[in-house]
Amino acid sequence: MIVVALPTHLRTLARVDGDVTLDVPAPVTQASVLDALEASYPVLRGAIRDHGTGRRRPFIRFFACQRDLSHEAPDAPLPEAVASGAEPFLVIGAIAGG
Amino acid sequence: MSGVRVLVGTRKGAFVLTADGKRRSWEVSGPHFGGWEIYHVKGSPADPNRLFASQTSGWFGQQVQRSDDGGKTWTPVDKTFVYDGATGTHQWYDGTPHPWEFKRVWHFEPSLTDPDTVYAGVEDAALFRSTDGGKSWQELAALRTHSTGARWQPGAGGMCLHTILLDPAKAGRMFVAISAAGAFRSDDAGRSWRPINRGLRSQYIPDPEAEVGHCVHRIAQHRARPDVLFMQKHWDVLRSDDAGGQWREISGDLPTDFGFTIEVHAHEPDTVYVFPIKSDSEHYVPDAKLRVYRSRAGGNEWEALTKGLPQRDCYVNVLRDASSVDALDPCGIYFGTTGGQVYASADAGDSWTAIVRDLPAVLSVEVQTLP
Repeated sequence: MIVVALPTHLRTLARVDGDVTLDVPAPVTQASVLDALEASYPVLRGAIRDHGTGRRRPFIRFFACQRDLSHEAPDAPLPEAVASGAEPFLVIGAIAGG
Repeated sequence: MSGVRVLVGTRKGAFVLTADGKRRSWEVSGPHFGGWEIYHVKGSPADPNRLFASQTSGWFGQQVQRSDDGGKTWTPVDKTFVYDGATGTHQWYDGTPHPWEFKRVWHFEPSLTDPDTVYAGVEDAALFRSTDGGKSWQELAALRTHSTGARWQPGAGGMCLHTILLDPAKAGRMFVAISAAGAFRSDDAGRSWRPINRGLRSQYIPDPEAEVGHCVHRIAQHRARPDVLFMQKHWDVLRSDDAGGQWREISGDLPTDFGFTIEVHAHEPDTVYVFPIKSDSEHYVPDAKLRVYRSRAGGNEWEALTKGLPQRDCYVNVLRDASSVDALDPCGIYFGTTGGQVYASADAGDSWTAIVRDLPAVLSVEVQTLP
């Protein structure tokens, strides 16, 4: 199972407490994790990736295993620790504003 | 006894205020969608318990929420606003062509008769409609693709379609206003549009009397006299007696004619309210005094309404969707400020009280008069 940590506003929107667990078939990539997330929680469509282009929204970042994966290719395999569920895939709202 | 429900959108959530017909004691619920910008919340005239809320975020984009129980519970509905066909370009701030890009919903206008039909005014300026209670949205593309569209330009707040008026007397007639394009009218339910900006004069555009390019902030209309329109433009308060065919200035003796919103009394079509702001570079009230101005003559002659409003050290703004009226007798007038107060008058503006204060900055105020 893949573990996804969402920012507060997206947890509220999806009406979940804590992390989300998802069953994602291999290969585990940004795209496949987000596809599975949006399939389970349709309200999140468009909130992480743009509706039209499918690209990461500008103020969203993806972290895992102490690395910033935001600029990795969507179809690039995620670290094994994420794929095995040992480490969470973090969706981050970039820190901005006063 | 009848009651009143006030729907307040703020920078950090929505609030619902309720009172009985006396309008003295208010209950406040919220924040709903805490932390999100709520640009607008509005109820259906055909089913007052059906509400639509525009929930937006610079991080997470647009959400649309619907309530079928007067704001107690909410359900997310469709939030995809896809322009119909080629998007084309409008003018960017520097005058260069810029493609239309959806950013957010500024305003919902539910149908006067069908609770499943609602219009949405969005940024970048376009008009959408849902006929299934918000489950899907379709653009009425004739507005965005109007021959003048390439000349529209964003104002400081973005190129937003913020005003939608559905004519209660003429089926298919509707008015919209866009910053900074101007006002437009359709007589065929949105299949075609004409600019209705004759008589507007705007010194901040190259041709002050251009067909389009005016920063109209708000239009108001009385249901019993829908051909008479009142407008708060960036600068200037104006009136049209022929459904926008021609406008004339009615700023008269106002201390400043800059402002964002304008209202018409529910029972007196010639009683108009404006909320003057000092200037477009100082978005706060003049002389540090919060004053509503009322004209009982349809414009030109204005009286300051101050009882119960702060008359010193006040530096708030009143935004374009942040006022409303109820249909009780005497008519109630309501407005919200960027300082987080919502003021109400239960006597047509003679006296005011803050029915809630210290909210986040208020973006919108709508009032429902309940049976």
